[in-house]
Amino acid sequence: MIDVFVSGLPPGVLLIVAAIPAVLLPHRLSQAVMMALPIVGLAHLLQMPADFSYSIEVFDYTLQITRIDGLSRVFGIVFHIAAFLGVLYASHQKDRLQAAAALIYAGAAIAAVFAGDLMTLFVWWELTAVSSVFLVWASRTEAALKAGQRYLIIQVMSGLLLLAGAILLYRDSGTLAFEHIGLESAGGWLVFLSFGIKAAFPLLHGWMKDAYPEATVTGTVFLSGFTTKLAIYALARGYAGTDILIPIGVTMTAFPIFFAVIENDLRRVLSYSLNNQLGFMVVGVGVGTELALNGTVAHVFAHVIYKALLFMAMGAVLFRTGTIKASELGGLYKSMPWTAFFCIIGSLSISGFPLTSGFVSKSMVLSAVGHEHLLIISMVLLFASAGVLDHSGIKIPFFSFFAHDSGIRVKEAPINMRLAMGIAAAFCIGIGVFPEYLYAILPYPVEYSPYTVSHVVTVLQLLLFAALAFVVLWKTGLYPPELRSVILDIDWTWRRLLPAAWSGVSEVWLMGQRWFLGTADRSRLAVLDFTRAHLSPWTRFGEPWPTGVTAMWAAVLLFAYLLLSF
Amino acid sequence: MSDLASHLPVLQVLIPLLAAPLCFLLRKEAIVLPFTIAVSFACFAISMNLLSQVLGGDILVYEFGGWSRPYGIEYRVDILNAFVLVVVSGIAAVVFAVGPGQARRVIPEGREYLFYSAALLCLTGLLGVTITGDVFNIFVFLEISSLSSYILIALGLNRRALMAAFSYLIMGTIGATFLLIGIGFMYQATGTLNMVDMAHRIQVLGPTKGVLVALAFVMVGISIKLAVFPLHHWLPNAYSYAPPLVSAFLASTATKVAYYLLIRFTFGLFGAALVFETVGIDRLLLPLSIIAMFVGSIAAIYQTEFKRLLAYSSIAQIGYMTLGLSFATQAGVSAGLIHVFNHALMKGALFLVAACVTWRMGGTNLDVMKGLGQRMPFTMAAMVVAGLALVGVPGTVGFVSKWALVSAALEVDALWIAFLIMASSILALVYVWKVVEIAYFQTPEVELERREPPLRLLIPTWILAGAAIYFGIFSSYAVDVAELAAQQVFMVGL
Repeated sequence: MIDVFVSGLPPGVLLIVAAIPAVLLPHRLSQAVMMALPIVGLAHLLQMPADFSYSIEVFDYTLQITRIDGLSRVFGIVFHIAAFLGVLYASHQKDRLQAAAALIYAGAAIAAVFAGDLMTLFVWWELTAVSSVFLVWASRTEAALKAGQRYLIIQVMSGLLLLAGAILLYRDSGTLAFEHIGLESAGGWLVFLSFGIKAAFPLLHGWMKDAYPEATVTGTVFLSGFTTKLAIYALARGYAGTDILIPIGVTMTAFPIFFAVIENDLRRVLSYSLNNQLGFMVVGVGVGTELALNGTVAHVFAHVIYKALLFMAMGAVLFRTGTIKASELGGLYKSMPWTAFFCIIGSLSISGFPLTSGFVSKSMVLSAVGHEHLLIISMVLLFASAGVLDHSGIKIPFFSFFAHDSGIRVKEAPINMRLAMGIAAAFCIGIGVFPEYLYAILPYPVEYSPYTVSHVVTVLQLLLFAALAFVVLWKTGLYPPELRSVILDIDWTWRRLLPAAWSGVSEVWLMGQRWFLGTADRSRLAVLDFTRAHLSPWTRFGEPWPTGVTAMWAAVLLFAYLLLSF
Repeated sequence: MSDLASHLPVLQVLIPLLAAPLCFLLRKEAIVLPFTIAVSFACFAISMNLLSQVLGGDILVYEFGGWSRPYGIEYRVDILNAFVLVVVSGIAAVVFAVGPGQARRVIPEGREYLFYSAALLCLTGLLGVTITGDVFNIFVFLEISSLSSYILIALGLNRRALMAAFSYLIMGTIGATFLLIGIGFMYQATGTLNMVDMAHRIQVLGPTKGVLVALAFVMVGISIKLAVFPLHHWLPNAYSYAPPLVSAFLASTATKVAYYLLIRFTFGLFGAALVFETVGIDRLLLPLSIIAMFVGSIAAIYQTEFKRLLAYSSIAQIGYMTLGLSFATQAGVSAGLIHVFNHALMKGALFLVAACVTWRMGGTNLDVMKGLGQRMPFTMAAMVVAGLALVGVPGTVGFVSKWALVSAALEVDALWIAFLIMASSILALVYVWKVVEIAYFQTPEVELERREPPLRLLIPTWILAGAAIYFGIFSSYAVDVAELAAQQVFMVGL
């Protein structure tokens, strides 16, 4: 009985259960155990049958706590890899709270992927929220505390929406099973919104660029890996082929680019670029064909690793120099050559350079969009790809490791950080050169070859022109971080670079956003004022009334009840 | 043995009733404490036994002196009141086990015997109200429990406790008077005080004027005892100035018994048809419950004192219970009952946390709780656990309650109510979070070393907090009993 139960538990539970005992061990032993956990978990997952299900009875409901199939399996694998990289990267530090939170977070995300019903998903969904916030708080700064609180509130809200939606869906259909949901019912919309918050849909994305850059050096590496990709998984499971995802995804790919280009905090640049990458995945889910879903999953796989690599590289820079502002960095390649090298590999990957993982995965998404003859979408995605190169591919390594020598001289990153980055970089190249291994674990059979002449040439052209644009802007001193009055000049840059429509759209966008936030803020204040005036202590409702008043109310209520009766 | 077993219903009340004056006579704490603990555990054991006897659907009737109704007084145990008996006596056993002796600052020294005898009397009253099958008996026991709870509240160290006890006394008396007037009208209309008889005769009589007036008086009387909005204003003062142990006991038992009375009178005595179809009290009770959910929670957010915050949160939680009842469905009543059990666990735990904090810091102002997360980690962990339960996080009892309540709301197609329940949960998150933030993220004004309260205080706290988790995961036990009770209320009536 116990045996069956234990072997039926989803992968990931191991990490959660072992997290707290593991961090209580002496430092070295603890690190060894923590690194072993994802490996053991992965081995366990790989030896489990490709199709597996295990259910338990709670209340009167059957909860499918474990469901292994093609889609969940590949997410499980990459999450385990990300967990291992994150632990290795963090193994120099002795913050037990953070280590435990990170492991529980990773474990919850893995378990969530294997949830076969919405209740189980909800439980893990909330656990990822609650555990991950400690990674933000672990910075132990005032800003991180505040950002963490905002992050937690939004994430928990996402969970509540999921719960509300699940209840409605259960009422409509009588089942909690987490299969294709669609937008036909109110419950479907609630769950969609819940997933949308975690996937950082436009207007719902604020928490990401707010919290990620405030997290600790090592915490951000974990954060970048799980939450949003869990949301992509959930969308792929529940909303594959939902048309509205395509415009949403396209917006996500395009808009963050502008912000990423003008942003000075390089980890925030990466957060914007994460948002942009999610856009590709959301588009893939929206297209919903087998090729598109395969592409999405492949892109997630590649993305988790190269994004972690970039966050690790920037984390190493922050760890050594104490700053992550583009304007204060530069010339670090002299003192941190390894980090610079790995960072460039990550940059090449995220830009989708041939022979890197980004190329073999992103081109699948683009091809899938092309197959459906969505011309405008394809164009925007191409534009976005160019933008990725601009801000993540060039800006990140260029401003931190090259550009003007800032004069900062530091030690190279610690060996464990370099090791973690090295492994991640090896994955990036390995997947790029031997994509067939990645394709083999995708949910649907793959008949796709990324290395055709037209693909490679298109991508190279795109990348070269984007690089050219960067060089021109840089040489003419127009590139944003070089400018003093950034905000004013941005409009100008945009107008020069882009069709005027874009700036119009973005202006309306900003105005709309400002109006929305302003209204929300005003109504929030109005509610606050009202409640404070009436419900805080020493006001009418907040302060206990004199007995006479209550007695009067008793009479009023008696009258009311009598009124009901007659 | 079988002879003794047949007397269990009366022993349930008789044991604490006799023990109370004994405590007063014995006085010595060393004797009184074990004695009280033994008595309260005996009560708990009896109530568990009674529950196990009636779970099958039988109704235990105990006739005093062998006089059967309508001449004699009888005790009647069905699933509904056996369930409430278990909650009341269980909480009593846990809370009394703390023993004020260890918690010096919780009860004035030298007055422990007063605490014990008053607490046992209060327990007697609450158990008596719950178990009796006689309407007038309800009034008598209610007065016993109320009078002793005034004493208990007045034991508070703050001098304002006296004032709080006094205004509670006035309000409680008004409530009891209303109830008594209602009972008087019922007696006049039916000519009997036995609950079963009365229910039958009211059914035959139909909605005569006397019955309708009786219903109005009874509803208001119970509403005062139950602290239904807007008659809740005695509660924050009473709970916040009473000694923390007393708050822990009263918060998780007294209002629960009042809720039991509400179910008993509406569904049992007057009958659901009259109460909800002819009169339609849900038209009043439903909006009041919803207002209570929000007013209580929002007021809790603004409090600066921990126990006061908990007291306002109780008002909101009572709103959940009456909300369940006002659906007038089996699922609604069952949800309300589940919440009775669950709320007793989590509020009990939270007030015991308040007792721990009082023991350590001398008060429970939120200011003194700054940084306690590091200084009293186990205590504060219990606070977090019980607080999460209050919010309704899955894996805790609060989630079970919310789930049952939302399902009940959806069953009557009240989608908007389901959303309001969710929304008020978010408010609960805000006030719980406020305390967590203070305890874990604010630096205290004075540096203090890490020190936990004595185990006698900490263990009961964790028993309740642990139960809030245990019954959140293995929820079927409490849920099944509550569902059976609600089923019996609907099928059998009385």
